[in-house]
Amino acid sequence: MELRLAGIGQRAGAQVHLYPLDLTLVPRAVTVLLGATQAGKTTLMRVMAGLDAPSQGSVSADGLDVTGVPVRERKVAMVYQQFINYPSMTVYDNIASPLKLRREAGIAARVGELAARLHIEPFLQRLPAELSGGQQQRVALARALAKKAPLMLLDEPLVNLDYKLREELREELTQLFATGESTVVYATTEPTEALLLGGYTAVMDCGELLQYGPTAEVFRRPKSIRVARAFSDPPMNLVAGTAAASGVTLATGIAVPVPLPTGASSTLSVGLRASALRVHGREGDILLRGKVELAEISGSDTYVHAETPVGGLVAQLTGVHEFELGSSVTLYLDPAQVYVFDADGTLLVAPLSARGR
Amino acid sequence: MARIELDLAHAYKPNPQRDEDYALLPLKMTFDDGGAYALLGPSGCGKTTMLNIISGLVRPSQGSVRFDGRDATTLTPQQRNIAQVFQFPVIYDTMTVAENLAFPLRNRGVGPQRIRQRVGQIAEMLEMSAQLDMRAAGLAADAKQKISLGRGLVREDVSAVLFDEPLTVIDPHLKWQLRRKLKQIHHELKLTLVYVTHDQVEALTFADQVMVMTRGRTVQIGSASDLFERPQHTFVGHFIGSPGMNFLPATVVPGAPAGATTLGVRPEYVALTAANAHGAVAGTVTQAQDIGTYWLVTSKLSDGHVLRARLSGEQAIPAVGDSIWLAVVGAHTCYYKNEELVA
Repeated sequence: MELRLAGIGQRAGAQVHLYPLDLTLVPRAVTVLLGATQAGKTTLMRVMAGLDAPSQGSVSADGLDVTGVPVRERKVAMVYQQFINYPSMTVYDNIASPLKLRREAGIAARVGELAARLHIEPFLQRLPAELSGGQQQRVALARALAKKAPLMLLDEPLVNLDYKLREELREELTQLFATGESTVVYATTEPTEALLLGGYTAVMDCGELLQYGPTAEVFRRPKSIRVARAFSDPPMNLVAGTAAASGVTLATGIAVPVPLPTGASSTLSVGLRASALRVHGREGDILLRGKVELAEISGSDTYVHAETPVGGLVAQLTGVHEFELGSSVTLYLDPAQVYVFDADGTLLVAPLSARGR
Repeated sequence: MARIELDLAHAYKPNPQRDEDYALLPLKMTFDDGGAYALLGPSGCGKTTMLNIISGLVRPSQGSVRFDGRDATTLTPQQRNIAQVFQFPVIYDTMTVAENLAFPLRNRGVGPQRIRQRVGQIAEMLEMSAQLDMRAAGLAADAKQKISLGRGLVREDVSAVLFDEPLTVIDPHLKWQLRRKLKQIHHELKLTLVYVTHDQVEALTFADQVMVMTRGRTVQIGSASDLFERPQHTFVGHFIGSPGMNFLPATVVPGAPAGATTLGVRPEYVALTAANAHGAVAGTVTQAQDIGTYWLVTSKLSDGHVLRARLSGEQAIPAVGDSIWLAVVGAHTCYYKNEELVA
């Protein structure tokens, strides 16, 4: 389905939930709505689904104006953060319910196929309450998929699960979405989840749509500081600097050689992704000396929080590394890896990343 | 402060017969005085049962709990002198922050001067000095939880402080600051701390020693790097890390140690290599995910096994459908038999 939102805005009294925005979803692909809580993701999804009518603007599906058409008459499936199933129905009946409503043929086969894909076959005759959280959410997902709706909306569907389960289900979902049967919208607060899902990402912040494009591209070229902040985990390190002949000078006089476009403001922000900071130097690196405040260990990465003369910085190291609190650390940075933002937050320079292929 | 020894098992129902009947399978464990420990595992692994046995809220169905060598099995949490911090704030809304922090000390009859000193010190550590005279009722959830943490840490004479998922209500971007606080406080106060969580970041960041639990069993006790580099059990390899360790039949490449049935290698240690290279396997790429700062490449081997590699974007990344060779044998490769590490 091609879903087109034109000038969509949503307000309740004096409060603005969504500032007017235009968004045309890439058909039969995944679009991630990325933003912190209160960014407007759920409000936007409710408008897409037809659960709420927008205060302004129009929604069209495959060229047809559907603004104000209620959800029942839209071809849409939804999955929420809470595991919503019919408690008195068996897993089988839960998955079959949308098909029964439409009096479809071959229900048993379809339910069996979905249950197999989501690994809930052994539980078809049980009640949802007899299942674990992860299994219950699989049932809700299977029911949504059973509809074969051309538009599928998922609002933080994995947020209430343990991280290992989340990993597993996300993997299965990516494979299901890859079949291209539906246009999928997936809301999340986690930048890494957006990257793992791939597809396209719409970055939202405080009711505004900030940027929409292929996920990796938005990540590599955030058009503003706000996008960069929203689309980085840990948050991008931002350091104040001033324009100089050879690039940017940081607070302590450290010079970062980086070609600036003409017309750049004199005060600038230099953005350093945590992964651009290393603890082993290479030729041409800039050195930032500091003290370790904490080494956070995620299991696959270590996030070293360090206090340095240019401010607090976070470096992301692959693998597990232990650091004493308060110990000295030198962070190394390849100047080609910096982002530079104008005084008004506009992106001026992004790293020319090795694209890998 | 105390050294705590467990030599026990626990079943919630009478006459346990099979392993599944136990919430905690028979175990022997020592928590050293002044150590920072985490109990890590998925829901239902037995970590909360173990915490409740340490605190005295649950009495083990067999065996004993010893505090500094003395049998404490039948003692109450008060008698054991345990401080606890729970998932949600447990404070008095009508009291000020200072009164809340002072409460556990006042209860124990500590003198007013010492109370003032200690409350000031804890408030300083938690960066709550400016809020000492504010009523707790008006504070945000995370400030209230900070008070709970403070109440848990304020007494110097406790045997141990136990934490049950204490950062659940804390906003994600504030979590690292509190993790840091807890770590600093442990350094300064040298209390025996036991921290229960299902979140690997929390456990690995906080504790000197992490106990990984699954189905009532502790499968490894070790530092964060022990768990990452040398998982003693395949569950640890799987549970620690995102994605977790890859597991392949040991016969997939020649040269496995005798008796080993499974080869384990983390995605971080799988590398692209030349065809037929030593210690390498051939596969077909099924997925290449651009994670922005690195690539996650999933391949299928000819025997159907899946192998994930985390590759730096500084090299050429293969595309879906490409035939590639991946090195799986190196200094970081582990071998398992019956899920236990053998080499």
